[in-house]
Amino acid sequence: MTVLSYLIPISLILGGAGLIGFIYTVRSDQYDDPEGDARRILSDEWDDHPKP
Amino acid sequence: MTAPLRHQTAVCPGCVAAPSEAVDTAPTEARLAISLPTIHCQACISAVERGLNAVPGVRDARVNLTLKRALVEADPDLRAVDLVPVCEALGYEAHELDAAALSATATDRAGRDLLLRLAVAGFASMNVMLLSISVWSGASDATRDMFHWISAAITFPAVIYAGQPFYRNAWAALKAGRLNMDVPIVLALLLALVTSLWETSLSGEHAYFDAALTLTFFLLAGRYLDHRTRAAARSAAEELAALEVPRAWRLDAQGQEVEVSVADLKIGDLIRVRPGGRMPVDGEIVEGRSELDRSLLTGETLPVLAEPGRQVSAGEVNLTGPLTLRATAVGEETSLHRMADLVAIAESGRSRYTSLADSAAKLYAPGVHILSALAFVGWYLYTFDLRTALNIAAAVLIITCPCALGLAVPAVTTAASGRLFRAGLLVKHATALERLAEVDTVVFDKTGTLTAGTPEVVNLEDLSREQLSLALALAEGSAHPLAQSLSRAARAAGVTPVAVTDLREVPGYGTEARLAGRQVRLGRGAWVGATASTTQTTTWLDLGEGAPVAIRFADSLRPGAAAAVSALRDAGKDVRLVSGDAPAAVEDLAQRLGIRTWVAEALPEQKATYVQDLTQAGHKVLMVGDGLNDTAALAGAHVSISPASALDAARVASDIVLLGQDLAPIAEACGVARRATRRIRENFRIATIYNIIAVPLAIAGLATPLIAALAMSTSSITVSLNALRLR
Repeated sequence: MTVLSYLIPISLILGGAGLIGFIYTVRSDQYDDPEGDARRILSDEWDDHPKP
Repeated sequence: MTAPLRHQTAVCPGCVAAPSEAVDTAPTEARLAISLPTIHCQACISAVERGLNAVPGVRDARVNLTLKRALVEADPDLRAVDLVPVCEALGYEAHELDAAALSATATDRAGRDLLLRLAVAGFASMNVMLLSISVWSGASDATRDMFHWISAAITFPAVIYAGQPFYRNAWAALKAGRLNMDVPIVLALLLALVTSLWETSLSGEHAYFDAALTLTFFLLAGRYLDHRTRAAARSAAEELAALEVPRAWRLDAQGQEVEVSVADLKIGDLIRVRPGGRMPVDGEIVEGRSELDRSLLTGETLPVLAEPGRQVSAGEVNLTGPLTLRATAVGEETSLHRMADLVAIAESGRSRYTSLADSAAKLYAPGVHILSALAFVGWYLYTFDLRTALNIAAAVLIITCPCALGLAVPAVTTAASGRLFRAGLLVKHATALERLAEVDTVVFDKTGTLTAGTPEVVNLEDLSREQLSLALALAEGSAHPLAQSLSRAARAAGVTPVAVTDLREVPGYGTEARLAGRQVRLGRGAWVGATASTTQTTTWLDLGEGAPVAIRFADSLRPGAAAAVSALRDAGKDVRLVSGDAPAAVEDLAQRLGIRTWVAEALPEQKATYVQDLTQAGHKVLMVGDGLNDTAALAGAHVSISPASALDAARVASDIVLLGQDLAPIAEACGVARRATRRIRENFRIATIYNIIAVPLAIAGLATPLIAALAMSTSSITVSLNALRLR
């Protein structure tokens, strides 16, 4: 059962990472325009470098 | 997308609803919003953003495709009006939006808060479920205890954080001495946590940590769905309001026009109203002649003459010439606002409606409390073991907990509202669908609702070719709706205008010109010397050689009006027509649509009483109207619909807003509402069946956390899937 001593922390850390990632996306307004964001990937305007 | 507006709201959450004055007094940059109803793809986004960013003074422009809106950060002197032509030059329909009216929905704080709590409950329940499944599949002794302790460590903070909306609601209900759905929820969460912790500390076998978390998760999902449906409707409704920018032109001491906000107008101000503009205040005309369209206020289709000395009310539309008013009442004092007070009185009747969810909760909340208390007392008397009795009481509460009930209504209303939105109907009120399903009588307003508010020539064939070509020549000299309609109809009939000289418009009367030495006129009867009086909308053509010729108009039907009326009648509903217009016009329309019961020349109060009388006779009335004279009736009816072209006050008073021109979706809405209500009832039945199976097990002490989890998840998923059938 020693396997549990690192599997459980791993599962908690992964879950926590998912949660933190989700909170980050909510906080940075990433769900405000789902339709537009889905289309924007088709744009090649800022493909070479990020928007300044 | 909210970046441009967020700064304004982030400073102080309390200022979210009220546009902050600080922005107006010391502007360092302007935040502008433009509605772009026709954009639909990536090419549109790029074109609009590139076009707007190229305008000098624009700092950043971003298009939001979901809201079909562009938000622009710009230098303070740039105005949204200046950007509209830029978008139109690119080939996109564009309208200016009042950024102040939009700020409330810029950041949906409540929605974001619910979403975060939902996320915490979701991630925590995934982790705890992982541990619980190992317990159910055979972990024992020290391993089981360790798993329970870890679960407890995750569950306690997660439930305390995520369940806050329930604690608040339950506490508010208890303080008011009532029971609502949230009271048993909170009790179940509390009991589950306490007994599980107790069990864990005694190395017990059953712990309900996973149940407490999935319960929170499912219930929050229902709350979030509910919130999102309403937030979407609210933001769309706000956009309609923001399309009417409250702006007026005030004349300063030098007689120059200065653009000001309507809110800044004061009594005694001189205000210029251009042709096509709406009166911002009540006032008296001091200069200019024109005609006024009062249909939104009274339902009359005949324009009335406006000349110096005449009183005008806010909301009337100036048709032909520029007018100068002296304001006699502004803001809350205008007749427009006083009429809105009628609405407040009528509305109290509607708040008495109890939704299906509320009536279910009324039955349910005391029921589960009694059941679980009985289980506790029974088992305590049977075993004299507090631990067993408490465990069983907790199991009963958890299993009966209204997961499915909490999802049953929001899932259905979300699906139904989404479907109606695609059909062009915006459901604003939470219980509007349930009320719409009960409707048996439909009362329509005429002007602007069943009719499009644009006149159509009816006796084109009565005029000779020469008369028509002269009429066309004269009509093209004016922007008056009747003249426009006449020239459209004549052009469509292949008529070409005859050459006239000295063509000029006499505001308020008509147009005149010279043709072969004769004075020819097109306009009001009294002006051209016509004697016959008519009740129909008529313009007269004076050929300069004796009796003038009448050109008669009728209001054109709104698209889908005939289809909507016949579909409603086929569905067994009693369709009626109540209008403020003259009897002849109303009778004509009623006959065209096959409506048997109609009332003409109804005053606003009479419309409201008409609806009230029907209600008292036991009918459930759906009122469809657009004008200020309909607002009291709209608010007093069981449920109400207004078109997007309606006055703001009418839209606010109604439960559902019709976004397009077409009236046909109204009939569909009634059908969807009936099906939605049936689904809600079905969902209640499904939830009850699960309870009937699981509750005896719980009371008998046979329920395990596994059974609780299964019952909860399957019932929640079944009701959600059942709701999705409506799409």
